[in-house]
Amino acid sequence: MGDASREIMRQARKQISEWTPSQVHEALANQHEARQDEQEIVLVDVREKLEWNEGHIPGAIHVPRGYLELQIEEAVPDKSKTVVLYCAGGVRSLMAGATLKQMGYANPISMSGGFGSWKGSGLPFVQPRTMSEAQAKRYSRHLLVPEVGEQGQFKLLDSRVLLIGAGGLGSPAAFYLAAAGVGTIGIIDADVVEESNLQRQILHNTQRVGQYKAESARQTIEALNPDVKVITYIERLDESNVARIIADYDVILDGTDNFPTRYILNDAALIANKPVVHGSVFRFEGQLTVFKPYEGPCYRCLYPEPPPPALAPSCAEAGVLGVLPGIIGLLQATETIKLLLGIGEPLVGRLMTYDALAGEFSELHLFRDPNCPACGEHGHPEDLPTYADVCAMPVRS
Amino acid sequence: MATVRLAPVLRSSVGGSKQVTAQGDNLTEILADLYQRFPALKEQIQPEESLSRFINVYVNDQDVRYLQGLETSVGPNDTVILLPAMAGGR
Repeated sequence: MGDASREIMRQARKQISEWTPSQVHEALANQHEARQDEQEIVLVDVREKLEWNEGHIPGAIHVPRGYLELQIEEAVPDKSKTVVLYCAGGVRSLMAGATLKQMGYANPISMSGGFGSWKGSGLPFVQPRTMSEAQAKRYSRHLLVPEVGEQGQFKLLDSRVLLIGAGGLGSPAAFYLAAAGVGTIGIIDADVVEESNLQRQILHNTQRVGQYKAESARQTIEALNPDVKVITYIERLDESNVARIIADYDVILDGTDNFPTRYILNDAALIANKPVVHGSVFRFEGQLTVFKPYEGPCYRCLYPEPPPPALAPSCAEAGVLGVLPGIIGLLQATETIKLLLGIGEPLVGRLMTYDALAGEFSELHLFRDPNCPACGEHGHPEDLPTYADVCAMPVRS
Repeated sequence: MATVRLAPVLRSSVGGSKQVTAQGDNLTEILADLYQRFPALKEQIQPEESLSRFINVYVNDQDVRYLQGLETSVGPNDTVILLPAMAGGR
């Protein structure tokens, strides 16, 4: 350290108080009982990212000194709070304290001896989970969004989403959920890829015609993002397998093409208390909503019975504009991510409809039916008809 | 005259229109006017006394089951939406 540095330190010491690690530990323990917004002491780690990753004090906020002036007011908006700063040895935190004083913080404190001394005194520290360099690059645009950030990205990586169907809705949804880093994606689909699918089912391609869709989906997803584990189920969802298959997932994305599966899924999801992100498409129009068990309506609240075959377009090869399931499937993926991260207002109790020709979105209000046979007060979701005869003919997607 | 918007599967019953107008002060009257002009709609929407259980009817954006059902009043500037269950996802 040169003379000028020593002078800066001397000036800083004049205006900034220093606490020893055990004083800091005691002060933190004393306020431990208070609610977070009532706590008077904020602990800020001003070291570099790599140092933080090797271990930090539990409850500390990380604001590297290089970004201190730019980020501290967002991290600690209340300037009347006591801000305890620490670095590795107590020098950078002292200078950071002088900066905070200049910025109007009433009581910046520097922890003498820094994290090294804290650790050396046997005080507790945690080692944060870290992203690989490849992950930090891949998800960098997520990390920049405060509502996602590193913790949100870890949540996504730890999340498990089940897609019912790797078709028109499942394709865009799976593709983007995989890109977003949803760590486990289950796909149930018993069909094989056909040429007529390729107009909209973008997970598949011409070379894969004849392969199982679930397997084709796996190949596409794994090529996009090696972080994602794909679990395939080459079977049809029915009463015998639904409980077993959905048990392992956090959110279910319903992209099926028939009523029986929607009713089977609804009832099983109620029993297992799993949210279902529901979507459907027909020609130029699509709709979606989120069925969150017992917080909003369920599918049977909305439609107590399926239509007769003549009015059930899924049975009749009604046709669909290829891009339409892309839009609805991506809205489903968006709702899924909101549910996984616990952010925003999920489409619970609201049915969003999209009319591509008119270029119009609308929203209808849905209500939970108190007499719903599945989720009502006296409902029995385990014991309801699933209308398997409505689409007795297998549907060709 | 109230506006009535129909889901795609119902449009063939009204000559392909997405939207028609209908007269009446409540839902029963509106639907009666529609059935008179487009008889095929009745079988789909109200084959018997009550509304079909697979079709939801909204006045503006509210489900009439949670308003006054068939007695729900409908003004000339209101929009009635007829929306059957849709299953297609593939």
